[in-house]
Amino acid sequence: MEIEILGHKDTRSGFGEGLAELGRTNPNVLALCADLTGSLKMDAFLKENPDRFFQIGIAEANMMGIAAGMTIGGKIPFTGTFANFSTGRVYDQIRQSIAYSQKNVKICASHAGLTLGEDGATHQILEDIGMMRMLPNMTVIVPADFNQTKQATIAIADHQGPVYLRFGRPVMPIFIKPDAPFIIGKADVIKEGNDVTIIACGHLVWKSIEAIKTLEERGISVELINMHTIKPLDEAAILASVAKTKCVVSAEEHMINGGLGEAISQVLSRNLPVPQEFVGVNDSFGESGAPMELMTKYGIDTQNIITAALKVLARKG
Amino acid sequence: MDNTKLVEIASQVRRDVLRMVHAVNSGHPGGSLGCADFLSFLYFEKLRINAENFTMDGKEEDLFFLSNGHISPVWYSVLARAGYFPVSELSTFRRLSSRLQGHPSTDKKLPGIRMASGSLGQGLSVGIGAAISKKLNKDTNLVFTLHGDGELQEGQIWEAAMYASANKVDNIIATIDFNGRQIDGDLDDVLPLGNLSEKWKAFGWEVLEMDGHNFNSIRSVMDSAISLTGKGKPIVIIMKTEMGQGVDFMMGTHKWHGSAPNDQQLEAALEQLAETLGDY
Repeated sequence: MEIEILGHKDTRSGFGEGLAELGRTNPNVLALCADLTGSLKMDAFLKENPDRFFQIGIAEANMMGIAAGMTIGGKIPFTGTFANFSTGRVYDQIRQSIAYSQKNVKICASHAGLTLGEDGATHQILEDIGMMRMLPNMTVIVPADFNQTKQATIAIADHQGPVYLRFGRPVMPIFIKPDAPFIIGKADVIKEGNDVTIIACGHLVWKSIEAIKTLEERGISVELINMHTIKPLDEAAILASVAKTKCVVSAEEHMINGGLGEAISQVLSRNLPVPQEFVGVNDSFGESGAPMELMTKYGIDTQNIITAALKVLARKG
Repeated sequence: MDNTKLVEIASQVRRDVLRMVHAVNSGHPGGSLGCADFLSFLYFEKLRINAENFTMDGKEEDLFFLSNGHISPVWYSVLARAGYFPVSELSTFRRLSSRLQGHPSTDKKLPGIRMASGSLGQGLSVGIGAAISKKLNKDTNLVFTLHGDGELQEGQIWEAAMYASANKVDNIIATIDFNGRQIDGDLDDVLPLGNLSEKWKAFGWEVLEMDGHNFNSIRSVMDSAISLTGKGKPIVIIMKTEMGQGVDFMMGTHKWHGSAPNDQQLEAALEQLAETLGDY
């Protein structure tokens, strides 16, 4: 399989570029930040639209409430802070004032997962997808690379309702074309294959592409799905692929509990039970370290996907 | 509106509150009775609203947010009496499939409500957001919020207070229902607020004080508050009220914060409140 690397950038920069473009095209889009403007790459929006940028200070609960209130009158607020402070710290504010109240707030979360790196476990949230996908009315999106994060940022402005958009800090390969279609709730089949399905989101999509090289060298035909929308989940894409391959590996930079893999297994157990292996963090907090070292130590690296694929193939028999 | 008419409305609202919580043996009558005068005044005299044609965006209208959502009975009664929805619907309060949820919500589309509340401390942030939205839309109408005094123990209130003054959000008038009582007892026994007026002043707000059971006081203080809008500072009114106001045996105690009267208690309470607009 040949997947062309188009460059290397961080997904948060894709958010920054998408937000800046929205600033130029949609006058209702507002941006709010809790003292992390540079980290979230919101500088371009701020520079071009100072009247539509709101520096809230280190007060994330207040930021979520203000964003909810701003929707009354037709504004589309995008909040920006780290994933930990975008979810766990403000779960009740999101639950009552945004999800239950069906407010058109876009919760944009950077530095998600282990790849935040050296700051350590206090900042490395691995439970956010679970928390957000449990909320009724919430759409949950985890784009795979810089280009897709930019596309997703632009797409969610036209989607009516609360959205959680999760992205990250490290520079990673860009492999999705800038003009590739992005449809909320419609999975991308990155590569077709017959022996095993790998369903991944976020940074683990690239890791899966790396894993496929080794697996193909061993004569294994892999189908790779980029499940950029965790909720609503593209059940048809999962079932169509699994009907062919009869086994699945899920891969995510998140706790296994509550994550993409669990969402997939729920679909399979109701419709088409097949063996599944889960690549994710196993009920553990992270720690300080370089991003790629952490992915290896906590079992969400390329080798873990290869091992999981071989194991699930063996279980399929 | 003359005070006699407002007194009549508030009396009927108090009857509604008591009959609603009695019917389902649950809900929060104490704070509801305490805010009946204020909310009657707001909706029948002060707010520039379009009750018959409710829209979520509320453009060119004043907006009201109830942050202490547990006093939903008084809000529902006033909304119904003001024409947002049929008065007969008050009989569905807290019942299965009702639009009148235990705490206010938007998901069942009850006209008059723009934000769920109940988990405390969130309404000031929401009001500030809505006020900013009004400014961006060049809408000169105002945003009003109501909060419990116990609710001020929530930290988010003070995050919001700090933000509003620093950013000159001067089209919002927050009112504190200062009855000095909360579920566990007197506010001063649970967690005192200290010098509340000085706290708000220190946070950069214009602070006014008001007797929440005297329509002349309510009118003159609300007029003062409105005249202070647009001058660079948010405005807060510390409204002195009595929990359980209007029913002698419900006053002077926190015990009716969240418990409903039984049949005999309801009868004794209703004898003290004239039926002026017709019970639902």
